[in-house]
Amino acid sequence: MTTTAIEKLDHHLHTFTEFAKRASGPSWLKKLREDAFARFCETGFPTTRDEDWRFTNVSAIARTPFELAQSATHLSNADIAQWHMENSAAELVFVDGYYVPELSRLQGVKGTVTNLQPAITSKEVESHLGRYLNIHRDPFSALNTAFAADGAYVRIRRGTLLENPIHLLFVSTQANTPRMVHPRNLLVCEMETQATFIEQYVSLGTGTVLSNSATELIAGENSNISHYMIEREDTAAFNVSTLRIQQERSSNVASHSLLLGGGLVRNNVHPVLAGEGSECLINGLFVGSGKQHLDNYMHVEHASPHCSSRQFYNGILDDHAHGVFHGRIVVHKDAQKTDAKQTNRNLLLSDDAQIDTKPQLEIYADDVKCTHGATIGQIEENALFYLRSRGIDEVSARRLLLLAFASECLDRMKPGPAQAHAEQLIHAHLLNVADHAHSQSARTSKGTGRNWEEVG
Amino acid sequence: MHLLEIKNLHANVDGHEILKGINLILNPGEVHSIMGPNGSGKSTLAQVLSRHPAYEVTDGEVLYNGKDLLAMKPEEAACEGVFLAFQYPVEIPGISNTYFLRSALNAIRKYRGEDEMDAMDFLPMFREKLKLLEMDDKLMNRSVNEGFSGGEKKRNEILQMAILQPKLAILDETDSGLDIDALRIVANGVNALRGPERAMLVVTHYQRLLNYIVPDFVHVLVDGRIVRSGGKELALELEEKGYGWIEAEAQPTSA
Repeated sequence: MTTTAIEKLDHHLHTFTEFAKRASGPSWLKKLREDAFARFCETGFPTTRDEDWRFTNVSAIARTPFELAQSATHLSNADIAQWHMENSAAELVFVDGYYVPELSRLQGVKGTVTNLQPAITSKEVESHLGRYLNIHRDPFSALNTAFAADGAYVRIRRGTLLENPIHLLFVSTQANTPRMVHPRNLLVCEMETQATFIEQYVSLGTGTVLSNSATELIAGENSNISHYMIEREDTAAFNVSTLRIQQERSSNVASHSLLLGGGLVRNNVHPVLAGEGSECLINGLFVGSGKQHLDNYMHVEHASPHCSSRQFYNGILDDHAHGVFHGRIVVHKDAQKTDAKQTNRNLLLSDDAQIDTKPQLEIYADDVKCTHGATIGQIEENALFYLRSRGIDEVSARRLLLLAFASECLDRMKPGPAQAHAEQLIHAHLLNVADHAHSQSARTSKGTGRNWEEVG
Repeated sequence: MHLLEIKNLHANVDGHEILKGINLILNPGEVHSIMGPNGSGKSTLAQVLSRHPAYEVTDGEVLYNGKDLLAMKPEEAACEGVFLAFQYPVEIPGISNTYFLRSALNAIRKYRGEDEMDAMDFLPMFREKLKLLEMDDKLMNRSVNEGFSGGEKKRNEILQMAILQPKLAILDETDSGLDIDALRIVANGVNALRGPERAMLVVTHYQRLLNYIVPDFVHVLVDGRIVRSGGKELALELEEKGYGWIEAEAQPTSA
């Protein structure tokens, strides 16, 4: 470890000591935080020598002296109007890590929908919080737990069917000095519930901001849950997010990740199929340009028999953008009849864009079906010409082809307000990408050549 | 004014000269057939006229409706009324056939200063054209050409032509690989589009297609040049004797 890194750990130690002094919470939470911080101090930030972080260098995070915000920057409803979701069942707005009740709307859901703080002394929170997230494997999860102060707490009562999504909006405001936030969400869906959550990260202004969030999602027996992670922050932002899903018997969970913004982004999705017959879909689209680095780290744990998991990630990368798909599937000894599949397809729009894709299968059972595959390609020149030869201009043709590539991801979402929201964001974003790719198209080689290359 | 006037056209692909001085004139209402052995440059001519960026024109001139066709982008040529029915139609997963066709039609209408057509107006017209080509409605909600049989792909090309109503239709080996039923359907579709305003350039390797689409003129392309032109009877002569004699005749002039 370098001296700078140790100095920065000192900085975090100081920040943590100050935080621990003023942070409220019951004694079990204080202990949870202290243990987590101790764990973080043991490991420090990960390096690329770490197998889980081979393709993502976080030294820029490690050497930045981030501070917690002292309070939320005051924002009005008009400031965040662009991100409000009209068709949401409830909306919780956090600004710089602080819950803002004036901007939020909680009524409309049977059960509990609140920020975590007022619920922190409840038995229920105690019985779940920190129980699932693995702070030993991931230093960022440890750091999140050490600074866990607020986030969303949702408990959906048995048998409740929610038609509209619950929207969790995390806003980063202009940061003149480096700022970090550690949102901590607990989403408990009881037996036979149906619900959709949207976790959305956005920026107002720019600056060095680290959003290091962790969400524990418990999907009760026979529940049907969708979760959307939407990253749209400014390209100066660092975003590390971890979604830990605990799946009980016959539960069905879909996780959709849309990484459109952010500078250095790491999205961890970690479902544990703990109950027999549960199913999970991990679906994602990442679109990078400029110098964006978008890392998707999947860790699917099959812990019971007759479970199925599907991972589908599509990446579109332009300029010097760097994408990572790391799909780890672990099938435990007892998880017979596991059916796990993993597919990663990538479209590189420039010669300098890069994708690292890595499947990692660890199978300890003997009667399982596990497959994986990855492809890397470019926009097919023949398809582009075909569209143009019918009168469609080049930018529109590129956009159509990008949309077609992205539509695989949209098709896997359940129709409804969340999907409509995702679709609208993707369409708008890809129009910009197509426009940009067009203005740069002079540098792309002519000729047709080979278009898809099997890499795994 | 001629609809299409090709003067001394030379074109390269990957640095190899394929077209070595083509001269050809098409007037509205005429159907011309380009025949020739493999590798003679038939498809290159079709691609150059539809402005494929991979083909480099090194000399000559092409006037379309009096305008410089070679200065147009593919989409401009299409909007001006040039249509190529592809020899190998491209599969585009993720875009539905209907959406693609409506986007194309509206792009062209917009170029001409006409109002875009909404789904309500588009569908009846679309259904009528489907009938003309004896195509199943179900194909239309599928992705463009994805999983289509060879015959379905070719019919889809003519369907597009029927909807986009070009002034100059170029058919690149539309008959290759079709069974006789599919060939008949495709030819009916093409014949329904014949008219005094429209010219067609039918590129084919086989005379068989010309029994169904009867041309006004036949041109034989050998080694990048038109070596003989005539009426429809020239096609029959070629069918009988093959291309050998014409290639042999062409030799001295190309030496």
